[in-house]
Amino acid sequence: MSDQSQTTGTIAPKAASRPGASGAAGRSRGTLGLAGKDFRLLLLVVALTMLAPFILNPFPQTSGLAQFNAGYPDLMQRFVIYGIFAIGFNILFGLTGYLSFGHAAFLGVGSYAAVWMFKLVGMNVLPAILLSVLCAGLFALLIGYITLRRSGIYFSILTLAFAQMCFALAYSVLTPLTGGETGLQLALDDPRILGTSQTASGNIPVPSLFGLEMRESVDLFVGGWAFTFNAGYYFCAIVLLLSFYTAIRIFRSPFGMMLRAIKSNQQRMRYTGLNPKPYALAAFVISGMYAGLAGGLMASMDPLAGAERMFWTASGEVVLMTILGGAGTLIGPVLGAGLIKYMENILSKINSDILHGWFAFMPDGLEDFVITVIYPFIGKGWHLTLGLMFMAVVIFLPGGLVEAGQRISRAVRGKKGHDTTDSKSEHAE
Amino acid sequence: MGILEVKDVGKRFGGLQALSDVNLSVRENTCHAIIGPNGAGKSTLLNCLVGKLIPDTGSVMFDGQSVLGRSPHEINQMGISRVFQTPEIFGDLSVMENILISLFAKRDGAFRMHAFESVADERGLQEEAERMLDEVNMLDKRQMHAASLSRGDKRRLEMAMCLVQKPKLLLLDEPTAGMARADTNNTIELLKEIKEKRNITIAIIEHDMHVVFSLADRITVLAQGTPLVEDVPQKIKGHPKVKEAYLGEAA
Repeated sequence: MSDQSQTTGTIAPKAASRPGASGAAGRSRGTLGLAGKDFRLLLLVVALTMLAPFILNPFPQTSGLAQFNAGYPDLMQRFVIYGIFAIGFNILFGLTGYLSFGHAAFLGVGSYAAVWMFKLVGMNVLPAILLSVLCAGLFALLIGYITLRRSGIYFSILTLAFAQMCFALAYSVLTPLTGGETGLQLALDDPRILGTSQTASGNIPVPSLFGLEMRESVDLFVGGWAFTFNAGYYFCAIVLLLSFYTAIRIFRSPFGMMLRAIKSNQQRMRYTGLNPKPYALAAFVISGMYAGLAGGLMASMDPLAGAERMFWTASGEVVLMTILGGAGTLIGPVLGAGLIKYMENILSKINSDILHGWFAFMPDGLEDFVITVIYPFIGKGWHLTLGLMFMAVVIFLPGGLVEAGQRISRAVRGKKGHDTTDSKSEHAE
Repeated sequence: MGILEVKDVGKRFGGLQALSDVNLSVRENTCHAIIGPNGAGKSTLLNCLVGKLIPDTGSVMFDGQSVLGRSPHEINQMGISRVFQTPEIFGDLSVMENILISLFAKRDGAFRMHAFESVADERGLQEEAERMLDEVNMLDKRQMHAASLSRGDKRRLEMAMCLVQKPKLLLLDEPTAGMARADTNNTIELLKEIKEKRNITIAIIEHDMHVVFSLADRITVLAQGTPLVEDVPQKIKGHPKVKEAYLGEAA
């Protein structure tokens, strides 16, 4: 922390006092090579992820609101895994503006790679994840090299076509490699050359980190509350923090600036002596590796992989997450991923019985009417709610949830005293 | 020998002979203007110089090397910077970042994977960028979004982005097109200043006679894809061929 104090220089003070300053240009690095506000943002994410079992379980188990609790391991793992997926997607889409509709392919490749590692080598998650990232990266290099010859809508369609092709292949002709319709699963007679084919009790071993099983959990009961601390979740959360930290560094690097230049004006870039192609390809490969990492983590939490992970809806989902949270911002994609996964898992569980329970206090006719109105938006209809929300965000809040946060904090600060520095609300670019 | 040597360049688009037998020599540390009526082939010639088009015949040598077949970014790395008719800048980025990108391109070449360094740590480049902005009187606007600048400031910024790379040749494509008289005069002043201060070679393609005669050391008149004459401004003014092809047409 000591060198954070020397963030002054010939130019730093001016830059800090100027409203509308974009980016960290002109500010020096502090802790971990991050400028002050970026470091604070990282700390915020550290706090959110480490305390998630508490934050996501605000209601006592016995209360009627307990169904809104999201603090169970399975769902928390999904939050962070999709967070990683979205962070990586944002490096491509948020910075360069290239909208890929095929990123689920890399997620799928990562999952298959990890499961194969579990089948052939052993149940340690680290080598499995490394192979996932590597495979997804190589695959992204190939697909990116071809698809980046076009931009705009043609690029999007090409990536979509590639991903659907991968899905179809995984589903049919590549069955020996992917398990086809049933998916790729572990079996008792897998070799696992560095581990055991089966445990002493004759079961398939479970994924672990040097002996720490991913499914292990510790429960903490406080009053009416139950908090679960799951090894797999914390492993994923640490990977998320590393991914997030890497993303911040990329955003603030000359490389990140070049990626934003691609989005802004490729013509000027070429006539300034820069070749946009390798920059875009590098961004594509990096985001593909993030997707592979997410896929590998998914397989590490639950060691199976199916072709449906590559389906185009999965690619579309990460686009929604990024835009909903705020494309081109650092924390936006993580928030968007959390929101969508929360809705998918919590909103979709509300059924008409629960609604009847809530509105039982109303007179019969009114109760039925209210429930008829609400019903299409919950349960299986949660996609409708998501769709409406997405439309509202795109129309009224083009900067996503991050912009909403900025507007709120600006309004609050506007009341307290006007014109304090904008730095805090500007983790967005 | 000039720094830029264009020899026997010809370019055909279908049935249209856009350029034929173009010979041109731009000497170091001079301002060379290429003028001509609409459709004379000025833009085609410029595009041949920067790698956007490849001529069918002839050669273009810059600083002893051929530029033909090279892509725009390679030609920039050889030392040719180009200012566009409508300013091309990075609108989504800050003014400062616009200049920094030019500096990174100059220092690190066409591509470098500097993903784990920090822009804020590049003190040397930051200071160099600030000096450049100071020179064009834009230091106070350095944190502004480039897209929100006025048209004149966008032009200055683009010019600064080119100059900060210390190019051997600055190509200007109708830098005052569509500008009001006052803006045009400001641009002329800016260019004059650049010329005197920096000892730079400038090639300018221009429509506006006023601009050309206040800046150029030599002028080439292009008509129907071929150079008519090449001479100093005083001689061009009274040249009968030029009057006929260009000025006469206007009068």
